[in-house]
Amino acid sequence: MSKEIISVSGLTKSFGGNVAVDGISFTVGEGSVTGLLGGNGAGKTTTISMLLGLLIPTGGSISILGVDMIRHRYRALPSMNFQSPYVDLPHRLTVRENLAVYAGLYVVGRPRQRIAELAEALDFGPLLGRNYGSLSAGQKTRVGLAKALINRPRLLLLDEPTASLDPDSADRIRQYLADYARASGATLLIASHNMLEVERLCSDLLMMRRGKIVDQGAPAALIDRYGRATLEEVFLDIARAPPGALADVGGAAVP
Amino acid sequence: MNPAAASVRRINAIVMRYWYLLRRSFPRVLDLFYWQALDVLMWGFLSQFLAGNSSFVAKAGGILLAGMLLWDVLYRSQLGVSVGFLEEIWSRNLGHLFVSPLRATEWLAALTLVSAARTLVGLGPAVAIAALLYHFSIFDLGFPLAGFLVNLMIMGWWLGLLIVALILRYGQGAENMAWAAAMILSPISAVYYPVSIMPAWLQPVALAFPAAHVFEGMRGVMVDHVFQASSLEWAFGLNLAYLAGAGVVFLLAFNDARQRGALLQLGE
Repeated sequence: MSKEIISVSGLTKSFGGNVAVDGISFTVGEGSVTGLLGGNGAGKTTTISMLLGLLIPTGGSISILGVDMIRHRYRALPSMNFQSPYVDLPHRLTVRENLAVYAGLYVVGRPRQRIAELAEALDFGPLLGRNYGSLSAGQKTRVGLAKALINRPRLLLLDEPTASLDPDSADRIRQYLADYARASGATLLIASHNMLEVERLCSDLLMMRRGKIVDQGAPAALIDRYGRATLEEVFLDIARAPPGALADVGGAAVP
Repeated sequence: MNPAAASVRRINAIVMRYWYLLRRSFPRVLDLFYWQALDVLMWGFLSQFLAGNSSFVAKAGGILLAGMLLWDVLYRSQLGVSVGFLEEIWSRNLGHLFVSPLRATEWLAALTLVSAARTLVGLGPAVAIAALLYHFSIFDLGFPLAGFLVNLMIMGWWLGLLIVALILRYGQGAENMAWAAAMILSPISAVYYPVSIMPAWLQPVALAFPAAHVFEGMRGVMVDHVFQASSLEWAFGLNLAYLAGAGVVFLLAFNDARQRGALLQLGE
């Protein structure tokens, strides 16, 4: 087992009487690309928000890069980053200005050089002088990804990174993420309900349903276990299983 | 990089974020000057009229203009903080900001710096108009002017902080408070009339806020030509207490927003 980058134990989040995340436990090893899968309302975004410190858990513990995130998140945040199509950047700032602001927030050395590197790698050099608000969805996703990579994070959390993108743009983003993970050795945790994306990128999966982790393992292992031909069929089996038919497997480790 | 230098760099990043926004938004630049200039024109004419018809205004030329200019310092300072926060909600950027290493206290430091800069830059043209058209110089207040300005700015900051806390708690439904809060306090701030004119029961309420002490101090200088240091001492003391209280309220509201997941939902 490689070094644990994320270690979650008994993590719970309730909003009033509604339990959004129900005592989940898992670990994510260094350099792995792990998918957090589940339908709408499964608890993926709530889990990611707690990992990032945006949301305070009702119970349980989170350790990231060896740091207790509930007490000392500022020690880990400089080595992490996040992208989501549901969180925007200021529209009236140019792409370059937005990235410069985040380079400052992450205290990145040689920010101009870093922005130029990312613009070249993600192919948005000609967009640097344009207002972020004037970009297409695909262009915004690439810039959002550049923001997420500005500090060369050891842990990158992605919430539906290719949502609302056309197949060509989505494919380019997935390719870049795969290359980045391989080249940098960074750990990626991707919340998604896009099976194609997950099969292509992830070595390990955590399957969520109604706030619990109901299964986990490598994509191929899950397909074998359920006797199905594709991960999508596995996903449907899990999503449509009667309540109580699936065991909570929280606690096992993703290798 | 040591922690203090990193903190300065993050504060600078937020200050630059507002500078970038301001320099490419003509309506925002106009907003810096427009209302103050309009107010000074209106109050200037009113002052000229009343100078011939009111012994009080005749005795202290420019007293209404001084009140208006100083009141605007408080109002703009408060707007600088609360609208700065609203800019992040409008751009749905809060989630990104607070998963970065930016601490809430650094963010507030940046907002107050931006607020002070905006207030002082906006004050310039209004002061110039008052001098050119009505031959009134706010600088005639002398060295106490600095104390008045600082206190009104600090009051604007804590008022802005309380509004940010309200918006964090109640969402954008509380947005209108950003424009209304200072106005609600204006009748008891003794901007254009002394506290003694108020009903007896209201006077302690007025004196519980720093603004009333600043404007009483201003009238002392302009009407009686006496600087009462106690007015500034009271204003500073009250401001420190309110600023500390508002800081606590903000941090409680920020933690409550993290409990409820509001940092991601605001603006959506």
